[in-house]
Amino acid sequence: MSDFMEQFAELRDQKRFQDIVDAIPYARLMGVELGEDESGELLFSLPFHERNVGNTVLPALHGGLIGGFLENAAMIHLIWNRESLDTPKIVDFSLDYLRSGRPKTLYASCEITKQGKRVAHVLIEAWQEDRSKPVAVARAHFLLATTS
Amino acid sequence: MIATPVNPKVFEPMGQLFVSLPHCATLGFQYLGADGRKPVLKVDWREDLVGNPATGVVHGGIITSLVDTTSAVAVTAHLERFETIATLDLRIDYLKAATPGKAIYCRAECYRLASQVAFTRAVCYHDNPDDPIAHGVATFMRESSPLPMLQEPKA
Repeated sequence: MSDFMEQFAELRDQKRFQDIVDAIPYARLMGVELGEDESGELLFSLPFHERNVGNTVLPALHGGLIGGFLENAAMIHLIWNRESLDTPKIVDFSLDYLRSGRPKTLYASCEITKQGKRVAHVLIEAWQEDRSKPVAVARAHFLLATTS
Repeated sequence: MIATPVNPKVFEPMGQLFVSLPHCATLGFQYLGADGRKPVLKVDWREDLVGNPATGVVHGGIITSLVDTTSAVAVTAHLERFETIATLDLRIDYLKAATPGKAIYCRAECYRLASQVAFTRAVCYHDNPDDPIAHGVATFMRESSPLPMLQEPKA
């Protein structure tokens, strides 16, 4: 448990989406925005910023940035949907790039596939204008309990 | 004997090009050179790169960008001529938490360059590559775009 987790829980209960993102320095640097979709699930958006470009010729978003955006989404989604005040620890992260990220808003949503006692598995999907044409899909494993 | 880059005229400018890309420049990536065909990049700890405000540990996304970028540079050590490459997939294993305040280094190698796909592996570390904080494997599509990231120098 940490002050951050207590702060997160408080912000969640008040649905102060943007304050959660802004509490995480790199999420703020990327320019992540957080809200809910029509079904009440968390929806992450990343409006286009020049500083997030990785290929200036196409141009395209940096692949590592897309990874960071998705990993950040998975972590927030998991904490949001858990009661625990333990910080999940990422174990591994695997990302498939399906299309290049155009200079437009990138969206992401997550699904907790499995939440066990020790490990959670989270699927993440990113798209731009058309949800049926994903830019990237990813999955992450998180350790839920510290056993030190 | 350490293998040298296939074409230093491709490899040397690509290391500089990759760290100059807007997102890499935003994160402060530095190209330190290469051990044969294995480039090394560095990122200094910065407050705005933190992922866990309670501990000051750098965000995993910084590791992802560092592995992606260093691995891409490693591919260019095997290229005869300039071509555009694009990451196809990437996996990061987080072996232990990075230490707040310390610079992170990444060393990558391309261990197989096939006609259409390049295969890479990378380690991130603070002081010693034998004591890594993260390990990454990736694949890249070759000739992903007809638009070159760099032009052949004029003869």
